[in-house]
Amino acid sequence: MNARIEAAPLDEHHSGRRPKLVVVGNGMAGIRAVEELLKLAPDLYDITVFGAEPHPNYNRILLSPVLAGEMTIQDIVLNPLQWYADNNIGLYTGKTVTKIDRTARKVIASDGTEEEYDRLLLATGSTPFILPIPGNDLPGVISYRDIKDTDEMIAAAATHKHAVVIGGGLLGLEAANGLKLRGMDVTVVHLMPWLMERQLDKAAADMLKTSLEARGLKFLLEKQTEALIQGESGRVCALRFKDGLEIPADLVVMAAGIRPNTALAESARLYCNRGIVVNDTMQTYDPRIYAVGECVAHRGIAYGLVAPLFEQAKVCANHLANFGIARYSGSVLSTKLKVTGIDLFSAGNFMGGEGTDEIVLNDPAGGVYKKLVLKNDTLVGAVLYGDTADGAWYFQLVKDGQNIHEIRDHLMFGQNHVGDVGHAGKTHAATLPDDAQVCGCNGVCKGDIVKAIKANGLFTLDEVRKHTKASSSCGSCTGLVEQILASTVGGAYTPADTKDKPMCGCTDHSHGVVRQAIRDQHLLTIPETMQYMEWKTPSGCASCRPALNYYLISTWPGEARDDPQSRFINERAHANIQKDGTYSVVPRMWGGLTTPSELRAIADVADKYQVPTVKMTGGARVDLLGIRKEDLPKVWADLGRAGMVSGHAYGKSIRTVKTCVGAEHCRFGTQKSMAMGVKLERMLFGMWSPHKVKLAVSGCPRNCAEAGIKDVGVIGVDAGYELYVAGNGGIKTEVAQFLCKVKTDEEVKEYSGAFLQLYREEGYYLERTCHYVARVGLDHVKAAVVDDPVKRKELYERLLFALQDYEDPWQQAVQQPAVRREYQVIRLEEVTT
Amino acid sequence: MSDWIRVCALDEIAPQGSRVVASSQGNIAIFRTADDAVFGLHDKCPHKGGPLSQGIVHGETVTCPLHGFKIGLKDGAAVAPDKGCARRFAVKAEGGAVWLQLN
Repeated sequence: MNARIEAAPLDEHHSGRRPKLVVVGNGMAGIRAVEELLKLAPDLYDITVFGAEPHPNYNRILLSPVLAGEMTIQDIVLNPLQWYADNNIGLYTGKTVTKIDRTARKVIASDGTEEEYDRLLLATGSTPFILPIPGNDLPGVISYRDIKDTDEMIAAAATHKHAVVIGGGLLGLEAANGLKLRGMDVTVVHLMPWLMERQLDKAAADMLKTSLEARGLKFLLEKQTEALIQGESGRVCALRFKDGLEIPADLVVMAAGIRPNTALAESARLYCNRGIVVNDTMQTYDPRIYAVGECVAHRGIAYGLVAPLFEQAKVCANHLANFGIARYSGSVLSTKLKVTGIDLFSAGNFMGGEGTDEIVLNDPAGGVYKKLVLKNDTLVGAVLYGDTADGAWYFQLVKDGQNIHEIRDHLMFGQNHVGDVGHAGKTHAATLPDDAQVCGCNGVCKGDIVKAIKANGLFTLDEVRKHTKASSSCGSCTGLVEQILASTVGGAYTPADTKDKPMCGCTDHSHGVVRQAIRDQHLLTIPETMQYMEWKTPSGCASCRPALNYYLISTWPGEARDDPQSRFINERAHANIQKDGTYSVVPRMWGGLTTPSELRAIADVADKYQVPTVKMTGGARVDLLGIRKEDLPKVWADLGRAGMVSGHAYGKSIRTVKTCVGAEHCRFGTQKSMAMGVKLERMLFGMWSPHKVKLAVSGCPRNCAEAGIKDVGVIGVDAGYELYVAGNGGIKTEVAQFLCKVKTDEEVKEYSGAFLQLYREEGYYLERTCHYVARVGLDHVKAAVVDDPVKRKELYERLLFALQDYEDPWQQAVQQPAVRREYQVIRLEEVTT
Repeated sequence: MSDWIRVCALDEIAPQGSRVVASSQGNIAIFRTADDAVFGLHDKCPHKGGPLSQGIVHGETVTCPLHGFKIGLKDGAAVAPDKGCARRFAVKAEGGAVWLQLN
């Protein structure tokens, strides 16, 4: 079958009516595909769904907490019946499709119900593997797959004592844990020498076993079951092994693996080989028929975890919607065991093998084990037990295949990307009680997050942010929220793709791709960029427009025109909006120096406009808070008369250059840090950047200006200056990294200017220098700024070119009526009748 | 219902921009979209009272500058999963001018 026939475009075939999409399988994969389809093309199809179970789509992976008594069935429903009705989806529950007539293009259910299709989506899932042993059909012998099985286990636990779970994998252990919590005496029987051999190496599995034994579970490893024995009541009563040992069993749960459910596809003569065979677009050998989920074999692999199924669903929906651009190329797997209180994570190739190196941390007494598997300077797999805080980060490194050469020596110690402040120093979500505050900005507790994840069926960080607001402000607690998400949804969790993450919901393109297109295609306006990059929304959103505006004006200075309506209000109004809608004004003080006349002018303004609060900013400048927007141009006119200009305390831009007293006065000073600071701040005036930029110049290594936590830190030494870059004193304190040593003031300007220009050209919008350098590597920065004098000079010149002729935005508002309109309130002449 | 009151010329509001109108019924934000449609909302976000007039306008939505609530210009309602509603005012563009009706 090499000549594959492409299905004719739908609308040609069936003009006048909507084509029919029939979905066989009302589970997580099938319905996710429908959801993704509705997002892309809500009205393209008449959709009908067949489900063999009598329930709407529910979150199968949360059956374990239901069994454990931590949740109820109602809690885990993902799409209530109303959802099907709201989206005009026909739903048959409790109806098994038994036949596909590919010639007549219809499906037939066991009760004779027929539905015609133009496109068919098979999402039939998998069936549990039942051991071919005598007694496998006795009452009391069940598998663990659906709500019915779960109900049976709960019922058995209430009336019977001895449970045996056959299979020490993920599912078997979760079943065993649940039955134990329901009061049964539970033995786990496993054929292999250690538990979860597909997800864990022996060392981690042994720690897991010890910890589960402490909870009262029993284990029989390397045991082969020979038969299940019937008791007098007719129900199973015992289990016999090959070696003759017999153990009592009133309930036997078979959790020895799953098999893709291909019977329907095979009966329709669709090609199957350990699953329904699909190509990278999730299409089967019949071009009208697609398949997703556990029933599918893609490139020879059938997946049994949820995260890959979601990726498949997204690709499938893209093709069903006639977009035709997505491809599924397989998934790297990660696993998390959902047994409350046990932290276990594995990803990728954790067993190692030829050509791989391992980094291992083993602390049996402390209950922590970590193994990282490396190959050719990339991380290929990880197993974490007892401390899984960095699981998401390792998983991302595995998926991205990122070169870890530079960070190899501290790779084992994790990313530590949880911020330093705002959550009481807690870095491990699993040990937190439900009432512990996770997000300090929005006051969200762990319990709120868990509840929202379960109630709304959330799977991604973005969804959790939307629903709870946790981690949506400063982002400091993102690592914690990700941990909570991972431990709540287990295998369904996919960390956000940091490399190819779309800019926002308006586009599928990443920041990097959009930036490149703006440069390559010489795009000059936001509408032009949106059109070229096929934006999905007519005028973007509050997240992509400011980014696009920055990319345009930084890539094409002097050509692309700034769009004030695509700037956040602070940059549009040139002042900082406060919670009551008033603004704060920070006049620039070059290098932190001021004069009596400037201070007098500031004091006069504060009196004249009744400024309620006057304070010093973190960057050591004077802040006038509580000014009405209407008064801003008047305040600026007064400040301007005293020679002061905008301090840009409101922008993704150069903020301040902080200085110490230095050699001008200080008895320890080796360099004139104030003068150097003034030179830098004057050079950088008007510099817009991906995020705010702060500098500091200290006159000696005592470093009173705190240059070690600045985007660019300059430290005077006897023979010149040391330059440090990519420091940060905010959410996550990052110590700046040493860039190089230079001799003269002019070199300080050239090197730091070149570094900042590189950041301006390569940084993604809202990426601070510390995140930028972490992404590209300090070696990359050094190669351009330190090692290559030609490149450095070019960067420096491009920066100076972009900054030439920059005018003080405050005086523009004072002098240009069109600009001033932004600040004026319209007063109505109301006529009362 | 009261009479239409002239607010300003249409081109005194930037496309994808807004102006604030002080009225006896509080501050009213008048928005102009990229397609020159105009809308009026009470200038107070249902979340924490942020001035919606200062937000970024995209499509027929404004994003509040304080905490990023998205508010539909047509109905004043917060975009799900957020909840809340800002009071609407009738606004029209006619003869190059923008007109407002107070409730």
